[in-house]
Amino acid sequence: MSSVVLQMVCVAGLLGLAILAIVLSRSKISTAVIYSATLAVSAIALIGSIRWLLGDTANATDLMLPIGLPWLGAHFRLDALASFFLMVVNLGGATASLYGLGYGHHEPAPHRVLPFFPAFLAGMNLVVLADDAFSYLLCWEFMSLASWALVMAHHRETGNAKAGYIYLVMASFGTLALLLAFGLLAGPAGDYGFAAIRVAQHTPYAAALVLILMLLGAGSKAGLVPLHVWLPLAHPAAPSHVSALMSGVMTKVAIYGFIRVVFDLLGQPTLSASVIVLFLGGVTAVMGILYAMMENDIKRLLAYSTIENVGVIFVSLGLALAFQANGLRLAAALAFTAALFHVLNHSFFKSLLFFGAGAVLTATGERDMDKLGGLIHRMPFTSFAFLVGCVAISALPPFNGFVSEWLIFQAVLQSPELPQWALKIMVPAVGAMLALAAALAAACFVKAYGVTFLGRPRGPAAETAHEVDRYSLSAMFILAALCLLAGILPGLVIDALSPITIAILDSRMPIQANEPWLSIVPIAESRSSYNGLLVMVFITLSASLAVFFIHRFASHALRRGPAWGCGFSDSTPAAQYSAESFAQPIRRVFGTLVFHARDHVEMPAPGDTQPARLRIELHDLIWEGMYAPIAGAIGFAADRLNYLQFLTIRRYLSLVFATLVTLLLVLAIWS
Amino acid sequence: MVVISDILVQGVQMLLVLLLAPLLTGFVRKIKARLLRRRGASVFQPYRDLLRLLRKEVVLAENASWLFRVTPYVTFAAIWVAAALVPTFATGLLFNWTADLIAIVALLGSARFFLALAGMDVGTSFGGIGSSREVMIAALAEPAMLLIVFCMALVAGSTQLSTVANFMASSYVGLRVSLGMAVIALIMVALAENARIPVDNPATHLELTMVHEAMVLEYSGRHLAMIEFGAFLKLLLYISLIACVFLPWKIAVFGTGPLSYAVGAGAYLVKLAAAGFFLALFETATAKMRVFRIPQFLGAALMLGLLGTLLLFVSRSF
Repeated sequence: MSSVVLQMVCVAGLLGLAILAIVLSRSKISTAVIYSATLAVSAIALIGSIRWLLGDTANATDLMLPIGLPWLGAHFRLDALASFFLMVVNLGGATASLYGLGYGHHEPAPHRVLPFFPAFLAGMNLVVLADDAFSYLLCWEFMSLASWALVMAHHRETGNAKAGYIYLVMASFGTLALLLAFGLLAGPAGDYGFAAIRVAQHTPYAAALVLILMLLGAGSKAGLVPLHVWLPLAHPAAPSHVSALMSGVMTKVAIYGFIRVVFDLLGQPTLSASVIVLFLGGVTAVMGILYAMMENDIKRLLAYSTIENVGVIFVSLGLALAFQANGLRLAAALAFTAALFHVLNHSFFKSLLFFGAGAVLTATGERDMDKLGGLIHRMPFTSFAFLVGCVAISALPPFNGFVSEWLIFQAVLQSPELPQWALKIMVPAVGAMLALAAALAAACFVKAYGVTFLGRPRGPAAETAHEVDRYSLSAMFILAALCLLAGILPGLVIDALSPITIAILDSRMPIQANEPWLSIVPIAESRSSYNGLLVMVFITLSASLAVFFIHRFASHALRRGPAWGCGFSDSTPAAQYSAESFAQPIRRVFGTLVFHARDHVEMPAPGDTQPARLRIELHDLIWEGMYAPIAGAIGFAADRLNYLQFLTIRRYLSLVFATLVTLLLVLAIWS
Repeated sequence: MVVISDILVQGVQMLLVLLLAPLLTGFVRKIKARLLRRRGASVFQPYRDLLRLLRKEVVLAENASWLFRVTPYVTFAAIWVAAALVPTFATGLLFNWTADLIAIVALLGSARFFLALAGMDVGTSFGGIGSSREVMIAALAEPAMLLIVFCMALVAGSTQLSTVANFMASSYVGLRVSLGMAVIALIMVALAENARIPVDNPATHLELTMVHEAMVLEYSGRHLAMIEFGAFLKLLLYISLIACVFLPWKIAVFGTGPLSYAVGAGAYLVKLAAAGFFLALFETATAKMRVFRIPQFLGAALMLGLLGTLLLFVSRSF
């Protein structure tokens, strides 16, 4: 069976499972049946895509189904790029299904989740496989709608209806932009097959328009600032394993769409494209993580951090565009590999972190970090896996987040080769923004972990929490192990990504497998090299050495006592640092500008027994400056037009007559 | 045979940094005391402090978790590995290619990440205040550090410290304005990273003014010894870094034999002493700044790094 057929059979299986879930919806076994079946199907699709990526990737395989547009049919194709993203999708699908086997039992309304979960997975697979514009858009809409249904699974909870509404509006807007982009790509001849688009010549004007439309369409789905507003509302509203899929995987499908069109279909990139992408990526990375830093809800914090990582990926893609436009093939391959590596890494640790947040939610029923705390004692395994995710996402060695970040920095360091002045100056500045985003990410995840899992419990829910089931834990530990493996064996990943860079950019990074000790060397050893395995071994060795010496020669005495409170003992857990107070220094340094943040202290008069209060004022300037006016204008227009619904019959008739006359006039003048 | 001697030289460097680090801190303290017209403790006092801490019992807060107990070792190991990868007396050591400067900075970031978490673990306000301010300082220092790396990599064409040191030691580098800016920026970042005056005061005893010390307030006994040792090592690391990149005078090139190693080691000791002396002089002459002045201080470092980079673009001769 050829690979694309295998993938399509898996998709058909997932769609069948969606129907089965409707049939079984009210039965007790449905959760176990559906999730174990999706686990099996995703695992098969995952193995198929990995085998294809590692094996013979030279020949892409096609499949034409006689559905879709009558003169075109529905084309599906498996090439190197698609197989990589299929791997990301199906790995996310498999781990989310495994997690769902345990987590799904706590679901209050399984019949609202189960049919849409496999459908959502099928939609994402189909988007990656589609090889003509019509099927692509159809599958894209299918994916959007399935995920929308999952966002609306708990539609009675406060805020979820609004989240679903905004998501729907933004998804429609994104699809509109994609529709126009593909319309431009198809050209006047109107050939919607990707193969035809690839060979067609695109005028610079059309190419620029397509790029902007792709940034609007795919960028809004991926969460590029300022089109990100739906993401922190919709991702957390879904059940946690779906949040993991939306954040870890669906944003990657959007990035796939961007890569497919801008790198593959459009042909040789232009410089202005790279400048726009670099700038948007840098702004997205910094803004995303600043938003995350201000957040108290753990799932929303994770969603905002997704925006940051999407920004990092777009910076890397922008670098690849800039190098490719100047014919610097090796540097372009480096930047592009870094982007793909970060795609993979982010899907690992973001899924892991959302699973952890879901476990906390199951155990305590709380998403507000200020009501949690001390969970490391109550949920030791979850807290360990979550810690791995936090270290990995904070780009710290020896985990995987650092490797992709390091590769991006190496690509940034290639920028002196660029002949253009604007880029020469812009790229280091964007590099500094990336470093800022990385440091803020570390701060943000110290906050997320410190407030949620460390300290003393801030409420009864956190005090009585229990460890979650084994399925959820095994899903988390598989991802944690992958985070470590990709961090210490990055050379294998880079080599596995080389068929994609060869297919897209016609160049590749040097072969890493021959380097001694499994180092990675992006350009030359004298320039830079990194060895995650040795760093890991050295840290382990020197830590064990220290432990050995301490236990051999130092005192073993250990006494438990109350914490030092400066003379005050028995302080309440509420006196601990909270999420808001932890963010205070950064809020003060960056927030006064970015969020117009103000602290208001309400101090009671002397003698008054009321408590003093500290109120924090934050403004989401993008929402207030961009979306609120648009929403206001639409609301205003609707209010005015509402008047037209209550006219007398005479006025309606005259309105119709006036319209007719106007249209005829227009027609007369036009022709 | 070659491999064995390679490992030997690398091992000597690892031991050397370990043995010298407390001495350097003791030396700085001694000079500071002399500048204040005190006699001051012996330069060997930090060793005695470490031994004393090792012999004492650990008083652990009641709800301290395993993370709190593991952190001192993780932090120490990460800093030690980072310190062992910076060339001190010789370049081209066996494992220098394991990590370049970006990775070394990130290793220190790992150490800080765990320390900040440990500060949050016990659940007191002091730990929280220390952690939150420490991560703020790190968030400001890291972009500045990257621009310094960038500036340096533009001149030397590498982020690999051995290559950079060899390049800077060669005669045709000369004096450059942008390198001057980079070295000032790097010193500012180093002051912030090591919690020295004017960013933080390592000798403070008032909890509310502390950043780094507040974060590790709950530590005692052998755990505190590891953390203190880590801090000593970090100071040594930054001085070695500045010395090897901007002052690679007499640094031995790998494989040139024991004599040049000895000369390199001697030169290294002189550099350490000079840096320690100037650090003490600077700390005595300046006052600690308010916490929310630190952004301006580190912002200046960032701007210097950016300016240095831009100057390099404008003219190759700067």
